[in-house]
Amino acid sequence: MAGGAGGGETIMATREFAAHESHAHAAPQGFIRKWVFSLDHKVIGLQYYFLALSAVFVGMLLSLLMRIHMIWPNATIPLLGDIKPETYISLLTMHGTIMVFFVLTTAPQGGFGNYFLPIQIGAADMAFPVLNMLSFWVTFLGYIALLAAFFVPGGAPLHGWTGYPPLSAVPSAGPGEGLGADLWGISIALFCLGALMSALNFITTTLDMRAKGMTMMRMPLTCWAWFITAILGLLAFGVLLSAAILLLLDRNAGTSFYVPLITVNGQVVAHKGGSPLLWQHLFWFFGHPEVYIAIVPAMGLCSQLVSVFSRKPIFGYKAMVYALLSIGLLGFMVWGHHMFMSGMSPYSAFAFSVMTMAIGVPSAIKTFNWLGTLWGGRIRFQSPMLFAIGFVSLFVSGGISGPFLAQPTLDIPLHDTAFVVGHFHLIMGVASIFGIFAATYYWFPKMFGRMMNESLARWHFWFTFVGTYSIFMPMHYLGMAGQPRRYSQFTELHYLDRLMPLNTFITFAAFVTIAAQFIFVFNLFWSMKAGKKASDNPWEATTLEWTTATPPPHDNFGGHTPVVYNGPYEYSVPGAPRDYIMQTDPAKVPAH
Amino acid sequence: MASFTPIVSISDPSTALGRNNTPPPTRDGGGDDHFDDGSPDFHVRLRRARLGLAVGVTGIVMIFVSFTSAYLVRQGLPTLDPRTDTLVHDWLPVQLPRLLLINTVVLLISSVTMELARRQVAREATLAQVTSIPGVSLGREDKIPWLAMTVVLGLSFLTGQWMAWRELAASGFYVATSPSSSFVYLLTGMHGLHLLGGVLALLGAGAASLLRRPVESRSIVLDVTGWYWHFMAFLWIYIFCLLEFAR
Repeated sequence: MAGGAGGGETIMATREFAAHESHAHAAPQGFIRKWVFSLDHKVIGLQYYFLALSAVFVGMLLSLLMRIHMIWPNATIPLLGDIKPETYISLLTMHGTIMVFFVLTTAPQGGFGNYFLPIQIGAADMAFPVLNMLSFWVTFLGYIALLAAFFVPGGAPLHGWTGYPPLSAVPSAGPGEGLGADLWGISIALFCLGALMSALNFITTTLDMRAKGMTMMRMPLTCWAWFITAILGLLAFGVLLSAAILLLLDRNAGTSFYVPLITVNGQVVAHKGGSPLLWQHLFWFFGHPEVYIAIVPAMGLCSQLVSVFSRKPIFGYKAMVYALLSIGLLGFMVWGHHMFMSGMSPYSAFAFSVMTMAIGVPSAIKTFNWLGTLWGGRIRFQSPMLFAIGFVSLFVSGGISGPFLAQPTLDIPLHDTAFVVGHFHLIMGVASIFGIFAATYYWFPKMFGRMMNESLARWHFWFTFVGTYSIFMPMHYLGMAGQPRRYSQFTELHYLDRLMPLNTFITFAAFVTIAAQFIFVFNLFWSMKAGKKASDNPWEATTLEWTTATPPPHDNFGGHTPVVYNGPYEYSVPGAPRDYIMQTDPAKVPAH
Repeated sequence: MASFTPIVSISDPSTALGRNNTPPPTRDGGGDDHFDDGSPDFHVRLRRARLGLAVGVTGIVMIFVSFTSAYLVRQGLPTLDPRTDTLVHDWLPVQLPRLLLINTVVLLISSVTMELARRQVAREATLAQVTSIPGVSLGREDKIPWLAMTVVLGLSFLTGQWMAWRELAASGFYVATSPSSSFVYLLTGMHGLHLLGGVLALLGAGAASLLRRPVESRSIVLDVTGWYWHFMAFLWIYIFCLLEFAR
């Protein structure tokens, strides 16, 4: 067989089979089983994706309100009225919680991981479909519980997404710290449960359900990324769940795990002897790996796209795998760098600092390998690639301030300033979001059978890329100038008066960037109905999802079991008839 | 004593064709969504379920590791006594009820009956193919209701734990009395909750047996629940030792 012909034949066979629909594991009929309580990993993936899409708009709206309040502190918001300091802090808390959990953790792993991990390894579904469905619905309940906090007496909680006690543990500590904070705790606990079940599924699926010939070292880097993210989730979310249970007990059962003997609003609390630092240790033992849970899937995806759109094999596949593994491992040893402010021993701080800077090594390996892949490639600047390159850019500029903050002497003055806000938004927020956008533009044709509009995608990219840099880069400068974070307004801090124009600029940049996101949403829904029909392999990529029909049939490969012969990045192989060789192509890859 | 000894050893209890002579599903759609279709990939499903259990147990271990670390940290923390303005320890050592020893024995016995139930159904699953041949009988089978005994022992353990809570409360140790008693309730409660999950799985397997569902699926459920149950017994010993020896 001529090299490269395999993909097309497989697709035809898949189509034929799907037309007869004769496999024993029949697709569910009826709306409820098909779209609501579905066991199909593809539908569950879409459910996660649209949950995250709704959450990201809620989170974005909250950030917009905060930015408006920062520059026009006396403005009255329609429906909301005046933004009081506690309202501002509750907006901040909900923004962080929604974005970290229900967007950055949900879309890349729950959404795209669910949809494409089984297809990319050649499986018909996840290992435990019922558990998979449960994971989603538990996560959904967590989301509802969180949103409900807006509507209960006292409103949403004030303790930030990190939920530090005693503020988070004492219901009388402020408005929103009553029922609102309970709902927050319940939401976090539910999210952890969902994430643990999901991690179980991802790990078992990756280890046990790979198609014949799909060795671990032939998996696309996306699969490696989802697999490692699942391991991080398995080890981290159990710790957060425990921490959340202790917090809920402190709040409702009168225990004193976290609350010392203190007075709150002039009243001595009924607790004594607890340690707020205990929460911080447990929380950040989860919290730092959580950063990687958000960004590792984007790293995997970016590796994939850089190779596909440069028409070159990924530079250093094994190095990429080992770098991901070591980032995951080191991620569990650095939680203390979030706590330099807590008065920890300088020796511990030194150890955490050194471990943190060590993460720069695998991160640099990844960055250089991405650049090495781009180098000399025949680059196709299509929308997924633009976002992948954008990701590399944001990863570098957001990551470079990491080594600054990893040093206690620099972190202590910078910690409570806008510098840190700029840092983590670029690296954890926007970089991961760029991963989600890249994944959407890349896999949309496979998911919905149509192409997204390329011109709109480009407009979206440039507005978002320039916009997010305009928002978050100046924050580093504001932070160095001493602008504190989590303050609702700066009118009393006169040393910041001359920086107000910069804050105004950030707010206007936020307006434009958020407006640009409607281009994306329009493109997403409009293309589902009216986009150009997609071919089965529009990007000429080699991995298994492009060997099956578009959209994939219920069991992914239409009763046919893929057999894998090649690695995932066989592009521009000398001597091959086309510039790519499908993973399922049995023709031997010519020696190169 | 079985009156029939299979000449060939049967390692794969599955049949080539499913019920009603339908061909097996060409692709396996996963491990937990089709317990009742008697699909033939018994060993694949068993391996997958065991792997899933191992991963799940890792998650549970992390939960209890965090509780342990919280326990040890909290134990060492002093608190301010506002009357004397000095730092004192508020950790009151809890005298654990004697009943917990009896509960421990009950749980260990249940682990043995669980293992017997697991082996019983595994044997049943292996021999299912032979007994399905008309006229072939295995003679007297092992009819001891190990599964039911395990459920009863499990529920007795949970009741015993509840009674131990009552005893603790009677001696003045409530959830919020001292951080030590908070941890006693927390750790026993979380363990009990996890064991209850095991009991529910066993009840599900029992119901499947009454409904005459295929023995292979039941065998897989009982196999993983069995290992889970042993883990729960081990976890309990660990918690008991922590509470007793690190008071």
